[in-house]
Amino acid sequence: MNETLTKELKLPEEKHPMENILRMDRIPHIWCSTCGIGIAVTSFAIALEKAKIPLDQVCVVSGIGCSGRVAGYVKLDSFHSTHGRAIPFATGLKLGNPKLKTIVFSGDGDLFGIGGNHFIHSARRNMDMLVLCINNFIYAMTGGQCAATTPLTANTSTSPYGNYEYPFNLPHLADSCGAVYVARWTALHVRRLANSITEALNKRGFSFIEIICPCSTIYARRNRLGSGLDIMKFYHDNSVIKHGANTKDLDIGYQSKIIVGKFVDRERPTFLDCLNDWNRKKFGDKFREYGGPDD
Amino acid sequence: MKFWRKPLDSDEIEVTIGEIHIIKDRCKGCAFCVEYCPKDVLELSDEFNVKGYHPPYVKNPDQCLFCKLCETICPEFAIWVTEKPKEEKKVES
Ligand code: SF4
Ligand code: SF4
Ligand code: SF4
Repeated sequence: MNETLTKELKLPEEKHPMENILRMDRIPHIWCSTCGIGIAVTSFAIALEKAKIPLDQVCVVSGIGCSGRVAGYVKLDSFHSTHGRAIPFATGLKLGNPKLKTIVFSGDGDLFGIGGNHFIHSARRNMDMLVLCINNFIYAMTGGQCAATTPLTANTSTSPYGNYEYPFNLPHLADSCGAVYVARWTALHVRRLANSITEALNKRGFSFIEIICPCSTIYARRNRLGSGLDIMKFYHDNSVIKHGANTKDLDIGYQSKIIVGKFVDRERPTFLDCLNDWNRKKFGDKFREYGGPDD
Repeated sequence: MKFWRKPLDSDEIEVTIGEIHIIKDRCKGCAFCVEYCPKDVLELSDEFNVKGYHPPYVKNPDQCLFCKLCETICPEFAIWVTEKPKEEKKVES
């Protein structure tokens, strides 16, 4: 950033402790007042610190949407990819350099509406990556269209009389496709969310964490649910922590109870493990294990 | 904070005290920090910041326990807490 611009913006003298992983020249961010995405970013930053992963090995990939902006705000190797294609982009990164820790940070519309197919196949292959999905139940940035996660009867701009399509149960989808780590938290459970992300960062294989976030500008306004603070209070009164719950029972209805917790934590060989094992079996000594560009 | 009984090890536990920093112009007045601070340290002020929101101010500075919940729950990276050096700490009666 050039000097005159910095002067005009008057960057504050004091430094927030998270400034080492945020691009401060882009803060304040574009997210609305009371939007929960910023809280998810803070939890992610805390988790990165706790997991003690060298920051030059971490890359963040986002798709399009409000949550897709995360890639632009974190001071890591980050990529803002096309709509729905964050997971294939991250797959390419991981296979190009298996030493990287790839994190996909995107929204429900991007990951499950536009890019749903990529999600199920990455989980099936157990591609080594962590998917953090901000679920605000709606396509927020594009004007509040009905998403694959919009609860039944909720009002959106494309379902003005209420939604009649059954939504996805995201943890169940991730579980049945083969994810090794599946959890769900709301934006209110900041500490549990940070612990969960730390755990998932240390896990090999396809991990998935759903983060339920308030969207005051679109979802709450269309459904007259009040401010972001009202929604946080709703989460406080209506979330039930049930670790290890059967993922089949995790549907979210309109303003219903939200079951949160860690549901799946298991081991499965990753895509690269399978590739190496199989080829070693087939070709014996002729096969050189693929571990990255340095090998 | 009210305890239903006095914790047995309360003499041995040293309570940390925090010092709160707020970048007012970065705040969007969501009041999450005010609502969820366990010690009721913060309150929204009447003043406006450059964006037209009401940033919080520190109402009870001595009560802050350095739990960092406000820092973690702030969506704007506008508030954070540092630990006060030991000699400045007051002994709670
Ligand atoms: S539109 Fe909704 S999701 Fe997007 S920034 Fe605003 S509150 Fe957040
Ligand atoms: S650190 Fe904890 S006690 Fe201190 S102001 Fe923040 S939330 Fe309140
Ligand atoms: S949580 Fe952050 S943005 Fe919200 S009122 Fe407090 S300082 Fe302002």
